[in-house]
Amino acid sequence: MHNSSPRILVYGYGNPGRQDDALGVLLAEEINKWAQEENLPNIDIDQNYQLNIEDADKIAQYDIVVFADASMNDVNSYEMDKVVPDAKVDFSMHSVTPSFVVGLCNRIFAGKPLVYQLQIKGYKWEFMEKVTEGARKNLNSAVSYIKNFLLKNINYPH
Amino acid sequence: MGQKITIEPVTRVEGHGKVTIHLDNEGNVTQTRLHIVEFRGFERFVQGRPYWEAPVLVQRLCGICPVSHHLAAAKALDVIVGAGTGDGLTPTGEKMRRLMHYGQIFQSHSLHFFHLASPDLLFGIDADPVKRNVIALALENKDLAVQGVMMRKFGQEIIAATAGKKIHGTGAIPGGINKHLSSFDKKHFLNGEAPLNIKTMVDWSLAALEFFHDYHEKNKAVIDEFIEIPSSYLSLIRKDGALDLYHGVLRAKDQNGNIILHDVDYQDYLKYIDEEVKNWSYMKFPYLKELGKEAGWYTVGPLARLNNADFIDTPLAQKEFENFKSYNNGKPSHKAMHTHWARLIEILHSAEKMEQLLEDPDLTEGPLTVKGKKESEGVGVIEAPRGTLFHHYKVNDHDQIEMCNLIVSTTNNNQPMNEAVNQVAVKMMTGKEEISEAMMNAVEVAIRAYDPCLSCATHALGQMPLEISLFKKEKMIDKKRNR
Repeated sequence: MHNSSPRILVYGYGNPGRQDDALGVLLAEEINKWAQEENLPNIDIDQNYQLNIEDADKIAQYDIVVFADASMNDVNSYEMDKVVPDAKVDFSMHSVTPSFVVGLCNRIFAGKPLVYQLQIKGYKWEFMEKVTEGARKNLNSAVSYIKNFLLKNINYPH
Repeated sequence: MGQKITIEPVTRVEGHGKVTIHLDNEGNVTQTRLHIVEFRGFERFVQGRPYWEAPVLVQRLCGICPVSHHLAAAKALDVIVGAGTGDGLTPTGEKMRRLMHYGQIFQSHSLHFFHLASPDLLFGIDADPVKRNVIALALENKDLAVQGVMMRKFGQEIIAATAGKKIHGTGAIPGGINKHLSSFDKKHFLNGEAPLNIKTMVDWSLAALEFFHDYHEKNKAVIDEFIEIPSSYLSLIRKDGALDLYHGVLRAKDQNGNIILHDVDYQDYLKYIDEEVKNWSYMKFPYLKELGKEAGWYTVGPLARLNNADFIDTPLAQKEFENFKSYNNGKPSHKAMHTHWARLIEILHSAEKMEQLLEDPDLTEGPLTVKGKKESEGVGVIEAPRGTLFHHYKVNDHDQIEMCNLIVSTTNNNQPMNEAVNQVAVKMMTGKEEISEAMMNAVEVAIRAYDPCLSCATHALGQMPLEISLFKKEKMIDKKRNR
């Protein structure tokens, strides 16, 4: 346990050129802006098209990590769950799952961050930079939720 | 009526692929096809947009290799702004782009080898997929797994430093580049704390080759006999015959090593290459016009580039290239698993190139862009990690894009991937009633040797994993297998 605030990473991923696939990246941007305005300590932001193996090294340096991504799954506006390490991989492996990143982090970097996956419901995935109205609403709800989540966590030693 | 086996590797928003294998009643393979959905809407999407937006816009196309599209588009637009056809940029402009490109090749190839290939090699093609991955690799050989992660990370950092940011980078612009490499980044990459410095990357590239050679020595059958796909080979080549991943002329060799496309200017690619549409596939089949649709198909990628090159202009990679050529008696290698060998040689070459460039003062000073007489049409070609990538644009008097044509690496490899899957099917499914794990793995390994990009852009949660179905008389006789 640290006596200082926990080191927190909010990592949004997706392709902002593909409509609602931008949701994770947009959440990261909004949280970044808010954290700077509020001068909140120990909150870092990162963004990328997708997760990959080098992210295992990155998350090893944090106590709490939130991976945020757009979702096609049957969730309400958003849903956040704890990530369980897993070795399962997709066929092409040009990207990996949060579970895989956590598993790799545990295994080769001895990192033990508490990792969450935030799914934000999306609807359309065309070549556009503007997210749909429904996705925007879901994003706003998710941003509020994450702000509360972060406030709750930065005030307590990890 | 025979049996039909279906393998659906991925289904994303639009990009997906599946394999169908048809068997007759005696269990003989009668037909094998790899279906990959290629998204063509992008070419229409960019119509009407100002041409200078293209290098950023095209990164929407693919979240896997955005740098390759970024650079290929910028090269095409160099022609349109009058900056020449690849050799007219300022030294800073060209060298910054090359550094970005070698970073991309380095990280992409490293990911492929350590994350995909080495688990296959270490644990065997018929091993459980749960074991054939880098986490299992870490249990067996932690150093190798760490090297794979950190090499990928180093390449990504080079890209971020040259392209400006991880998503929708802006580094390459028509006529050059938009910034110098910072002195901080240069120092960091050259002399940063180990392992993230270029000298370590060169050492680890050599170590990866040593690992491969050791494996090859002990497992010749896997590397040399898995499958062989004789074909023609297409790639860029430097005018003097050197391997060049960023710029050059187009060369093709036939399966015996005879040059059949004689180092031509890629601005004229339509004179030499056409694409066939087949009614069973969403993806086109490119071919060399001179040889026709049946005989003109070709392979692109690391193996094609090494088969076509006369030499490599970096010393360590040249030494490995000589071994590679000697092992294949100076002839083109058609062995699919030699693609991994070729990929490792390109990793080493990219590391050496990055080291040379990082020492070059042109990266931190000098003019960034050049412009000349405006043209209405331009073609940009680059050797992306997976192979030759074509971008072709026409613009109107209002500077709007009115035509865009792309031939991506995976499309260029359409026929060879079909041939590879067919060979595996004949080898492993003849006379079989059920899909074995080994057969499914072998299909994966065969396709993955070409490192196809099946996804092309989005990565939202909720995608379908690998599936296989076995049909007999139109009835499924083996359940789908999800991974």
